[in-house]
Amino acid sequence: MFRPDGFLSLPCTVSTSSMGTLPKQVKIVEVGPRDGLQNEKNIVPTAVKIKLIDMLSEAGLPVIEATSFVSPKWVPQMADHTEVLKGIQKFPGINYPVLTPNFKGFEAAVAAGAKEVAIFGAASELFTRKNVNCSIEESFQRFDVILKAARAAGIAVRGYVSCVLGCPYEGKISPAKVVEVTKKLYSMGCYEISLGDTIGVGTPGVMKDMLSAVMHEVPLAALAVHCHDTYGQALANTLMALQMGVSVVDSSVAGLGGCPYAQGASGNLATEDLIYMLAGLGIHTGVNLQKLLEAGNFICQALNRKSSSKVAQATCKL
Amino acid sequence: MGNVPSAVKHCLSYQQLLREHLWIGDSVAGTLDPAQESSQLSGLPEYVKIVEVGPRDGLQNEKVIVPTDIKIEFINQLSQTGLSVIEVTSFVSSRWVPQMADHSEVMRGIHQYPGVRYPVLTPNLQGFHRAVAAGATEISVFGAASESFSKKNINCSIEESMGKFEEVVKSAKHMNIPVRGYVSCALGCPYEGSITPQKVTEVSKRLYGMGCYEISLGDTIGVGTPGSMKRMLESVMKEIPSGALAVHCHDTYGQALANILMALQMGINVVDSAVSGLGGCPYAKGASGNVATEDLVYMLNGLGLNTGVNLYKVMEAGDFICKAVNKTTNSKVAQASFNA
Repeated sequence: MFRPDGFLSLPCTVSTSSMGTLPKQVKIVEVGPRDGLQNEKNIVPTAVKIKLIDMLSEAGLPVIEATSFVSPKWVPQMADHTEVLKGIQKFPGINYPVLTPNFKGFEAAVAAGAKEVAIFGAASELFTRKNVNCSIEESFQRFDVILKAARAAGIAVRGYVSCVLGCPYEGKISPAKVVEVTKKLYSMGCYEISLGDTIGVGTPGVMKDMLSAVMHEVPLAALAVHCHDTYGQALANTLMALQMGVSVVDSSVAGLGGCPYAQGASGNLATEDLIYMLAGLGIHTGVNLQKLLEAGNFICQALNRKSSSKVAQATCKL
Repeated sequence: MGNVPSAVKHCLSYQQLLREHLWIGDSVAGTLDPAQESSQLSGLPEYVKIVEVGPRDGLQNEKVIVPTDIKIEFINQLSQTGLSVIEVTSFVSSRWVPQMADHSEVMRGIHQYPGVRYPVLTPNLQGFHRAVAAGATEISVFGAASESFSKKNINCSIEESMGKFEEVVKSAKHMNIPVRGYVSCALGCPYEGSITPQKVTEVSKRLYGMGCYEISLGDTIGVGTPGSMKRMLESVMKEIPSGALAVHCHDTYGQALANILMALQMGINVVDSAVSGLGGCPYAKGASGNVATEDLVYMLNGLGLNTGVNLYKVMEAGDFICKAVNKTTNSKVAQASFNA
């Protein structure tokens, strides 16, 4: 799963934090081509998307979320989902999951060659209603259909839980609610659940509380964190998650994506900045930072925007 | 924004939502609600003192020369946010740092609020005397854990710089003026690369031993990560009480808040920051500088730690100075809160 080449050579001692032992390896789930681009204003041509994903594959990322089989009416950026999935190079050892919000999307994804899909739940009733026009319970029924079909076809399913540290409509979200939704998705057959701080409001204390609760009911190895950097808290929250033993982290090259709930705000945690921290901590990721920076540079030029990655900003000679 | 669902536009005023749920807002002792208290991490200090270095470290690295009256207004605004320490200026030669040429006018012009301290940098005895003449009642001296950095920055070896600082500290002690010591390059040097924790400890111990009441350990080029922060602090804390230590993290590689979290977990309770994340990095063109005070306060509020600082007032001061230097803020909290 992890490529041995290109590990950033920095002092390589695994340090033990005062809160527990950090994982020796972290799997990074690169969501730039989907979560990142989905929130970018400028529509990116299919060829550019394909090249981005190929460059990310070259950089050694073990999981790259390629696209979303959602209706182009809702998300125009993802209208070319089939062409993208068919057009990318599938490197051995790298997974290319795609989002499938409903059964129709799932069927289209399978037809286009998807071997792994992702479904999106939320720990907030209001958010679910506003986002997918149904209740949490109804969303589970829709997912059940997909999960059954996926199981029959031998396709792995990753579950997302949005709003785990706060909701733009409901405000505070109780850890108990996050546990309920996570547990349900896991028991329905999702191999991994990504816990998302969708609006980036979380801080390390609430991250810890939420994870403590979830870890009681769902195995640690099946958990991932997906932190948005809207308030600059993403890396600190991710560090806390690592200290709790989480070893799967979602991030987006160049910190792509804004936040639809806070105009002008930033979006995902930048993969480059995450890799920088993990490398400094002596944690193995298998990712080549230099090649990652090149991929980030490429997509930022295509989008005509500056990178949101501080590492990229510091490394790029203006 | 073409992809924004219409539902979002019906969303309650976002800022109001956040205020109501205490994610951002006042952090006043004793008014934490039970939900927030439960999110307090065990082992963290209850109170964190923030040392605001925007007017000095921040502005010093800004290209645009800021007029004296703007600097004064900026500091006056900061004085009303609840910040208890605001580094005003640097009594350095204007040949080296043109931005600080108006040090005496700024020092004399600001309103000194009761309960707020206004330290100034004094690189040598001459600067010290000027600072005192201008009304300074607290000063700082700047050492480095790197021989090369010391030579390039202040044109002398670490040993020679210690000699100069001893003169300053002696005079300051004589006049009952407290002295804060800075140690640059605590986690890495632009010339030497990695710096050993032992060297940082050695320099810190010197400064503490000669009479500095507090030592601010600076990740000058922002290369540190939580692991190197931990190793450095473990070494220094063997020789200097944690209550006399502060961390000064630059956000050049986006690591500042994670490094600060680690420092808090180690027992450090004094943190330097600059409103709006002012200041670039002279060693990495295009890179960002200091950690933004707004983002730091946001994290500390969320952790249930008391700072005494009003985040909204800090954001207003940040908005003021960004307009004055004609640049967008480096604070993510400010970016999220002010409509672009």
